[in-house]
Amino acid sequence: MTSTATLHNPLNPMEIKTEENKLKQSSTTERISGSEAIIKCLLAEGVDILYGYPGGAIMPVYDELYKYQDKIHHVLTRHEQGATHSAQGYARISGKVGVCMATSGPGATNLITGIADAQIDSTPMVCITGQVGSHLLGSDAFQETDIVGISTPVTKWNCQITKASQIPEMLAKAFYIAKSGRPGPVLIDITKDAQFEEFDFKYEKCKGVRSYKPVPETDTTSLQAAADLINSAKKPLIVWGQGVILSKAEEEFKAVIEKAGIPSAWTILGASAIPTDHTLNVGMVGMHGNYAPNVLTNECDVLIAIGMRFDDRVTGNLASYAKQAKVIHFEIDPAEIDKNVKTDIAVLGDAKASLKSLLPLLEPNSHNDWHQKFKDLYAIEYDKVIKHDLHPTKEGLTMGEVLKEINIQTKGEAAIVSDVGQHQMIACRYADFKVSKSNITSGGLGTMGFALPAAIGAKMAAPEREVVMIAGDGGYQMTIQELGTIFQQRVPVKIVVLNNEFLGMVRQWQQLFFDKRYASTEMTNPDFITIAKGYHIEAQKVTERKNLKAAIKDMIDCEGPYFLEVRVEKEDNVFPMIPTGASVSDIRLE
Amino acid sequence: MNVESLNTSPSEIEGVSRFTIVVNITESQMKKVIGQIEKQVEVIKAYYHTEEEIIYQESCLFKIKSELLFEERQIQNIIRESNANIVTVNKKFFVLEKSGRKEEIDLLYRELNAFGIMQFTRSGRVAVTKDEMKISTLLKAFQE
Repeated sequence: MTSTATLHNPLNPMEIKTEENKLKQSSTTERISGSEAIIKCLLAEGVDILYGYPGGAIMPVYDELYKYQDKIHHVLTRHEQGATHSAQGYARISGKVGVCMATSGPGATNLITGIADAQIDSTPMVCITGQVGSHLLGSDAFQETDIVGISTPVTKWNCQITKASQIPEMLAKAFYIAKSGRPGPVLIDITKDAQFEEFDFKYEKCKGVRSYKPVPETDTTSLQAAADLINSAKKPLIVWGQGVILSKAEEEFKAVIEKAGIPSAWTILGASAIPTDHTLNVGMVGMHGNYAPNVLTNECDVLIAIGMRFDDRVTGNLASYAKQAKVIHFEIDPAEIDKNVKTDIAVLGDAKASLKSLLPLLEPNSHNDWHQKFKDLYAIEYDKVIKHDLHPTKEGLTMGEVLKEINIQTKGEAAIVSDVGQHQMIACRYADFKVSKSNITSGGLGTMGFALPAAIGAKMAAPEREVVMIAGDGGYQMTIQELGTIFQQRVPVKIVVLNNEFLGMVRQWQQLFFDKRYASTEMTNPDFITIAKGYHIEAQKVTERKNLKAAIKDMIDCEGPYFLEVRVEKEDNVFPMIPTGASVSDIRLE
Repeated sequence: MNVESLNTSPSEIEGVSRFTIVVNITESQMKKVIGQIEKQVEVIKAYYHTEEEIIYQESCLFKIKSELLFEERQIQNIIRESNANIVTVNKKFFVLEKSGRKEEIDLLYRELNAFGIMQFTRSGRVAVTKDEMKISTLLKAFQE
């Protein structure tokens, strides 16, 4: 049995296509219920998998899902938060819209963390929630919450539907808004009576919203000015973000940096847009990023930001961030221009189109002397940090050596889904990415518990890819119940828990900034192996270096899901590190 | 940042509402606020203007004991000089309406407060711009 076949997926892509075309072309109407209309809308939008959890106010839709189960695969997660993260993982690896569903009240509020995560990480997601009947709205009815009110600050758009006839237009709008421009999460709240109500259904895809311009027009003058500045630069540095991946601009981006010979660094969500070993890839910027790009941010003469938003974890203290440099910002969201860093030239627009237009305006260059500086600083970082992380001489296992072994055995082709904390920084620093969309992690919100459900979504969206989830012992236990989803759906994800029996990142801060007062960071953990085996997931624990290689081989060779616990050094720290409030160039190596 | 006043009403274009929000912040802060407001899917366009670029008014209502009208002659002078209008009078109270700039309303409030005010309420600022606001053009551009 191949790993693809172990994934329970009753869907026939051809059948979906036919259904999609049929719906697209339908000009006549048919009389159906609101809940059946919801399913037909999802099919028309090409949805093949959705994640959710049933309950009173969404039951009519689940009844229709039962009827349509040969066309659309509903995955029952073990918690609504898990449904959102699975939908996120699905979206992040595939570039498609992730869909999740929940009932009213607690079902809806449990979605909020995932929605906030998708909002700050620009992930296209449509969430459908059931709501109490419209006659009960505002009466504090059983399982009633004002989810439209609650979700407003963390959604790109949301709305409440109280009449079945609104369903096709609002769902079409939801998908259009979620995936266009800078993507984001959308929530549609549908009252139970609207789900039952029958109406004349007709679906048309949304082509535009009167007040919404997804992609601002690129101004050719600013593009030329940007090209001139790049051409005249002696020490240019590119920092790219997820915008390159979201606009599918990987090839255009590579062509630009190769022609202009510009060292290029990435934000955590930009990782994997170009291979880790690309000669112009100089590593990660930010708090636990690489030494060279952080230090040289404050030495470059032109800083070119592409599809990134100058998050505080990237910039450190803004007052001393790249003050010597002219700043060019390629960005799709006008609200990001000058938000944190004042730009000299802003090039609005979609990264793919902008980079394509930029390419012919650039003069070929190599910047050899400037590159040498990156190499010199890398050598320092290697000596002080990387050597210890990847080739430790001490007894305790390091997180870095686990990553190194995973890289070797997956040939760098795995998608790495990481949780939040020390292991996340290590995973992003040391994962060897060869393919785009391979780094799936909660960047902006830093949601512990993200990884396990996100890995489920990623593996289901891309069954042909190896998906390795990496979490710490803290974050893993925040959504550990999703092992049930993995078991029920037989999703062959590889689960790696780097167990240091601490909330490691918080402990690191306590050590460095709170005089080692380890308040509530030490974890007394259960037997993770027994838990995994309780879900009939093959499991193994590694406590010694000599067993690591074989254990990872067992994990990779396993056709089904696999759980690997690695006991790592209890009190290890992640370096380099820019302490909060410090300048990027004051990055610490120890 | 604090919202000093907020007014919303239908505009001259059917189906389009106009929000007038008054804040006291720097221009660079204002640009960020405008960016975030415009980012809202339902918002067609957000503009910011300084006081010199707009014509604006606020409106307020005072409810005052009717006996004061006869006992305190000064009140009648204040009403005349401030260009306030008496909306209604009954045996117990009268209601005074005043439209104008914030400072004018503040002044009237201080003058009347000396005699005692039963109730006072004031609207948000409403404003029109001296320059054209090209909302109709923008709406057309979205449709293209």
